Amino acid sequence: MIAADAVGGILLASVTLYAVLGGADFGGGLWDLLAGGAQRGRAPRRLIDDTITPVWEANHVWLVFDLVIFWTAFPHAFAAVMTTLALPLWLALLGIVLRGVGFAFRKEVHGLSAQRLFGALFAFSSLLVPFFMGTVVGAIATGRVPVQGATASMAAWTSGTCVLTGLLFTGACGYLAAVYLAGEATRIGDERMAAYFSGRAVAAGIGSGGLSLAALVSLHGSLLYSRLTGRALPLVIVAGLCGVAVLVLLLTGYRRALWTRAIAALGVAAVVWGWGVAQYPVLLPGTGVTLSNAGAPGQTLVAIVWLFVVVLVLIGPAFALLFALQGRRLLQAEEPAKTAAAAAASQASGPGRFAYLVVAVAVLRRLRR
Amino acid sequence: MTAHVTGEVVPARAQMATTLGFHIILACLGIALPSIVLLAEFIGLRRKDEVAMLLARRWSQAMGVLVAVGAVTGTVLSFEMGLLWPGLMRQYGAVLGLPFGIEGLFFFLEAIFTGIYLYGWRRLPGWAHFWSGMPIALSGILGAMSVMAVNSWMNQPGGFTTKNGQVTSVDPWQVVFNHAAIYEMPHMILAAYMVSGFCVAAVYAWGILKNRNDRYHRTGFALGFVPAAVLTPAQIFVGDTAARAVAQDQPVKFAAMEYVTRTSTNVPEWLGGVYLNGRIYGGLRIPDMDSLLVGFSPSTKVIGWDTVPGSQRPPVVWLIHLCFDAMVGLGFLLLLAGAWALWTWWRGRRFPKAKLFWLLGAVSGVAAIVAMECGWVVTEVGRQPWVVYKLMTTAQAATTNGAVIASLSVVIVLYAVLGAATIAILRLLARRWRRGDNADAVPYGPEPGTGP
Ligand code: HDD
Ligand code: HEM
Ligand code: HEM
Repeated sequence: MIAADAVGGILLASVTLYAVLGGADFGGGLWDLLAGGAQRGRAPRRLIDDTITPVWEANHVWLVFDLVIFWTAFPHAFAAVMTTLALPLWLALLGIVLRGVGFAFRKEVHGLSAQRLFGALFAFSSLLVPFFMGTVVGAIATGRVPVQGATASMAAWTSGTCVLTGLLFTGACGYLAAVYLAGEATRIGDERMAAYFSGRAVAAGIGSGGLSLAALVSLHGSLLYSRLTGRALPLVIVAGLCGVAVLVLLLTGYRRALWTRAIAALGVAAVVWGWGVAQYPVLLPGTGVTLSNAGAPGQTLVAIVWLFVVVLVLIGPAFALLFALQGRRLLQAEEPAKTAAAAAASQASGPGRFAYLVVAVAVLRRLRR
Repeated sequence: MTAHVTGEVVPARAQMATTLGFHIILACLGIALPSIVLLAEFIGLRRKDEVAMLLARRWSQAMGVLVAVGAVTGTVLSFEMGLLWPGLMRQYGAVLGLPFGIEGLFFFLEAIFTGIYLYGWRRLPGWAHFWSGMPIALSGILGAMSVMAVNSWMNQPGGFTTKNGQVTSVDPWQVVFNHAAIYEMPHMILAAYMVSGFCVAAVYAWGILKNRNDRYHRTGFALGFVPAAVLTPAQIFVGDTAARAVAQDQPVKFAAMEYVTRTSTNVPEWLGGVYLNGRIYGGLRIPDMDSLLVGFSPSTKVIGWDTVPGSQRPPVVWLIHLCFDAMVGLGFLLLLAGAWALWTWWRGRRFPKAKLFWLLGAVSGVAAIVAMECGWVVTEVGRQPWVVYKLMTTAQAATTNGAVIASLSVVIVLYAVLGAATIAILRLLARRWRRGDNADAVPYGPEPGTGP
């Protein structure tokens, strides 16, 4: 069924967007956690804060959107996952709540100890979310979710492969965040932070690469393994190439270019799509639940396709505006001196993004009349 | 019916009620507070009114906190649809998912423009900044319509066909604009504006009671109070329409709301009173009034709960009835506050001087919240034992995953702390504003030198 395949693609695309946008926000929490004491960690924490603040809620909506598409288009698979994997899902959810409020509250409290409390909440919970989401994906991919499961299962998501996937997700979030932050630091002319984060990006990149290989090896002998080394192999290769390319770019000091970040994101996207292609068309491996028989009638699937088109048309420009304004550092308060330097630094680059801004301001001006 | 309940329906219901009851307060503020902030900014820009501008900036800062709490508690609900009610989602996910999907669209717009509006105060030019807030206000309303489509669909399901217990076709339009949506959507949106407006007003009424009766406080009060008070009569009108529609479409719920024990004419109206074991204790009985309200004549026949067997009646009838009375009573109390202000305004272009008025103003926020929560108890408890009216019981919908007692315990503790922390942070902001420092700083990261 074409509509079912299309919706499968839409779901995977939305998951990818959550991974490369929302994932990086969780990775920011990882670096916040590892930034050290109050004095030493001030500069990186500040950069992390500045970069995440205006965008994390919008990025977070991709998760909500993923969930809604999942339950609307594939309700039988959704109910099965939410029952069998209730425990890691609850834990991930706990992380989401604590991360959000920890982050939002930290900037409103004054005083070191209160900021530390909420900061630690934000940073620790940022680790919970990708880890437990990873175990959920691992459990689905390794065929541990039965269709008619009645109770939550512990065994389903605690296998070696699942734990490896959890660690891989955490590492990949840290990797994306460090690459983005290094680029951001370069753009505002903060060489020290640029070097700081590109070092971390390299470390996280190597770590995540190792974890991916370990996860792959742990799958040896399964159907998923033969698919990943069979029809999904091109994507696995793309992922590997992207990872290597980013490392080379970072190590040669190429942090600035927007495409370093794009390549890093593409690498992560290739992993997500590799998983999707390997599983296709089965939704819950080990069961007969596929994209086209998971409980939604055709009209629902068609309606989701339309909805997604509308979302892209309306949300695309809105996200572009948000990221453009944020890229231009128009979305925060700053000390005048730093602002001028930052403005000068970004003026010199990114004519494309500047054009967005001009268009945006022109539209806003027009609306005003 | 509780006797042969399997699964974990009781703790699941308790958890759903706790998390929804919490989220809905933030949701109301998310729907309507942006409009009130924009109103202040509009006045500030248009009339070069510094006070209104300052208020708008400060309210944005509070909005930053509220939106974050609203977003995470909303995410909890999205997970709970599956974690607590897999039976419901397995069967009807493909139907009630569609309005949720539309809501997702508006969440995106709301979140994106919130990012621009809240953090654009410093560096976006005045009117451009104002317009960047308009999509938030609009998507708040449209988003509320989408969620309310789901809830009203649960009360009046339609727009799909089934065969052998499987949903085989769906008509999205009929799902969204179902029979109950016509009144639930406006009733909820008006409730959101009342909650937000009266909450803002209450903060400044409190300040005025504390002898801070300056232009700043009067402006803050008026910006919240006037829109909320103007909408109150409309809300009562819609509520009255809703009650008549419920009498028609969900007669057993209506019977519980009004203590209609037997189908008959000349049904009396009970104000208050506790129904226990077939008797009503206390309360004021007004003969024929209920029949009059439903059909404008004492001879109107009203359906009682005797028409369905005990297993199909909602539990704790007295709770439903008292909550309904509380909602209506508080609605009229708030109407009174508005009428009083209108009277003195008409006479002398000013708000009442009486201390009682400002006391009323200071409690109006809580009153609106309580009315709104009571309305939800009427709707949700009144629908029991059905989760989807006459099609699926709550017990059939509930999970059997075995973890609900644990998750409920965590939720209760977590939400208590979260609620307290949110209030503490808002008070911290207020205290900082009062001291006058940091008057126009937008939400921002660790202070230099004090970073964590
Ligand atoms: C500020 C809040 C507020 C105020 C003042 C009122 N209501 Fe209300 N009411 C709500 C807030 C609310 C609500 C929380 O928003 C509900 C729950 C579900 C819904 O659609 O609206 C609701 C539900 C609700 C229902 C149940 C609908 C259903 O189950 O399908 C009825 C019959 C009424 N209301 C009637 C009234 C009447 C006659 C009022 C006259 C004063 C009134 N409401 C004032
Ligand atoms: C779109 C909005 C909403 C949806 C989709 C929704 C859905 C549900 C579901 C699925 C249940 C569990 C099944 C049941 O008990 O019938 C429930 C129960 C409940 N909900 Fe709602 N709800 C919504 C809004 C609200 C709000 C805002 C409140 C605010 C207080 C609320 C209060 C409750 C209560 C008290 C129960 C428990 C009823 C009982 O067990 O007796 N609901 N809701
Ligand atoms: C079961 C019912 C519900 C679910 C699953 C749900 C889900 C959500 C989710 C996922 C979010 C976060 C979106 C984001 O990331 O920004 C959210 C926020 C929001 N929800 Fe709910 N919600 C429910 C009930 C309601 C109800 C009854 C209303 C009001 C009519 C409502 C109105 C809102 C609003 C206005 C926001 C924006 C938050 C803010 O700005 O404070 N929701 N909801």
